[in-house]
Amino acid sequence: MTVNGKDDSHWPLWEVFTQGGQGQPFEHAGSVHATDAEHAMQNARDVYTRRGEAVNLWVVPSWAITASAPSEAGPFFDPGNDKPYRHPQFYKVPRGVKVF
Amino acid sequence: MRTPEHDEEEPGIATGAAEGGVQKVAGVRGPALGAPLFEYLQRLGDDRLILGHRLSEWCGHAPIIEEDIALANVSLDLIGQSVSLLKLAGEVEGAGRDEDALAYFRDGVQFRNALLVEQPNGDFAQTIVRQFLFDAYSLLMWEALGKCGHAQLAAIAAKAIKEDKYHLRHSSEWIIRLGDGTEESHARVQRAFDGLWRYTAELFERDGVDAAVAALGVDVDLAGIRTRWDAIVDDVLARATLVRPADGAMRRGGRVGKHTEHLGHLLATMQIVARSHPGATW
Repeated sequence: MTVNGKDDSHWPLWEVFTQGGQGQPFEHAGSVHATDAEHAMQNARDVYTRRGEAVNLWVVPSWAITASAPSEAGPFFDPGNDKPYRHPQFYKVPRGVKVF
Repeated sequence: MRTPEHDEEEPGIATGAAEGGVQKVAGVRGPALGAPLFEYLQRLGDDRLILGHRLSEWCGHAPIIEEDIALANVSLDLIGQSVSLLKLAGEVEGAGRDEDALAYFRDGVQFRNALLVEQPNGDFAQTIVRQFLFDAYSLLMWEALGKCGHAQLAAIAAKAIKEDKYHLRHSSEWIIRLGDGTEESHARVQRAFDGLWRYTAELFERDGVDAAVAALGVDVDLAGIRTRWDAIVDDVLARATLVRPADGAMRRGGRVGKHTEHLGHLLATMQIVARSHPGATW
């Protein structure tokens, strides 16, 4: 069985996302090796949802994810840090408004 | 070796083979059988205990860690089902034996599992084929028992159906991938079907125990289950590009305590801790 150009002895990697409850965001849980999507779904179920952690599962081929490069983290994320106007933290919250 | 006092001859009513019509366990003379419901619950419980133990032998040895976890999951589900069944069996027997006493202090001739589930793991294909043949049967049995007239057994069935649906999905998907995979995986899974097929008939044979529990409201239509089992098996075989083996000589006897040589070795491993430390709790 050849998937994504991988040979038989090397199953591709899939990233697993679980949803803890209806309406909640999907969160990255980890990854599994599997031959194909259905198999990945089963493995993800066995590895990441055995204790009732999820009501929904996504499995995504790892190669389909584009990730930011750790070496680029500085220029990529820093510009927002020294711009105080992007952080709305100098507003007085009126009394009576609940702060979550 | 000292054994607990309840390890004596089982009390209860001996029930012979069914009279006429349905298939008998012909030519088999096992030890005296206990009361029908006790026997029946042991059959259900022992199938799952022995198969669960077989799967546990893969722990740390499966081809890949995800499958190691998957097999351990199925194993634990089956052993969990056997705990409920043997606990109920002990209560029905009324001789003070709990699930541990039944699991660890009976000898081979007192086990009532089908011969299929005690067969060795072999290669991964043999394990998966053995699992698939059982999973399809087990799910259909639970669906039938979920509607039976024995409340506690029906409750155990209701919980087990959910587990078995997943077990069947897991083993079916593997059969399809192995059969429709490489030349080697195809050959191995076909060989496993050919070798294990002789143990399938026993699953559907009705004997005096089945007839007796039917009178108590636990009436499973084994012929109907067989028909549906055939449909499941044929469908998966077709999708896996495999050939259904011919029905040749069939092996039977597990239901009345006549086992293959493999069970004794399995029990030696499974029971040694409990028998070395009788009365220990954990």
